[in-house]
Amino acid sequence: MTSLDVAFAAVGVIAAASGLLSVTTRQVVHAALWLVVSLGSLAGCYLVLGAEFVALVQVLVYVGAIVVLVLFALMLTRAPIGPNREVSTSRTHRVLAAVLGAGVTALLCAAFWPLVHHAPPVRRVETHTGALAEQLFGTWVWPFEVLSLLLLVALVAALAVSRMARAAEGAEDSVLDHAGDGDAVDQPTQDVEPA
Amino acid sequence: MIHLAGPYLLAAVLAGLGTYGVLARRNAVLVLIGIELVLNAANVLLVATSAAGGDRWVAGNVLALFVITIAAAEVSVALAVVLAVFRLRGDIDLSRGHEDDGAAS
Repeated sequence: MTSLDVAFAAVGVIAAASGLLSVTTRQVVHAALWLVVSLGSLAGCYLVLGAEFVALVQVLVYVGAIVVLVLFALMLTRAPIGPNREVSTSRTHRVLAAVLGAGVTALLCAAFWPLVHHAPPVRRVETHTGALAEQLFGTWVWPFEVLSLLLLVALVAALAVSRMARAAEGAEDSVLDHAGDGDAVDQPTQDVEPA
Repeated sequence: MIHLAGPYLLAAVLAGLGTYGVLARRNAVLVLIGIELVLNAANVLLVATSAAGGDRWVAGNVLALFVITIAAAEVSVALAVVLAVFRLRGDIDLSRGHEDDGAAS
């Protein structure tokens, strides 16, 4: 056990525990807030592993942007404040999900076991931001540009989806209005018939 | 000096938790939280592999950055879809089937 191992175990346990809480809590807003703790401690893990820039991007993009988006969506969908049984599926379904989740963990552990079995501790290689930038804008420049295109497409798609939903809602409203008109017209004839 | 068993175990645990979150939640936004946990498990693996050395083009770190970018794009489109569904159906309960829609409206 080296000091790096101890540091990684500390932040890793926080990350795993808050991840567990974020998928099991009954309060929807708490789930997003536990996700903040989990992602923040994962940034600590990246720091321990010597990836300073990835840790910073994790804090900026994940904790700063993605969690804010998730909280925004929770608020816009009128998430109930307080404990709520409706957020999780039935008990049998949850037990099945837990079995499958444990199966995934066991499978990955079995896959990684040969890699770490009797393996000596490795010398940690720190990645400095300068070296990372040199590779990112040298070797990886085309994937990087394609990713910027992907972000643009995602932006346009998000806008298009929200506009399409609004248009569909408008169409549905007009259909409902027509249905209401039809009822109003039918009503007098039905009254007249028995008389 | 660091043992790689820790990062690998953390990645396996996070992937399992994320799978549980995806399968056991009814609220669509909470399913997204499970997906984020799975993506972070992949990132922990990439960064751990990069930290072990023998990484020629800093590939572990660069790919982790790419995964974070793709996660941001994915979550923005997914939340737009969730909000559109909420506007059309009035809730984002994934266990409510399509046949219930007609009965509700």
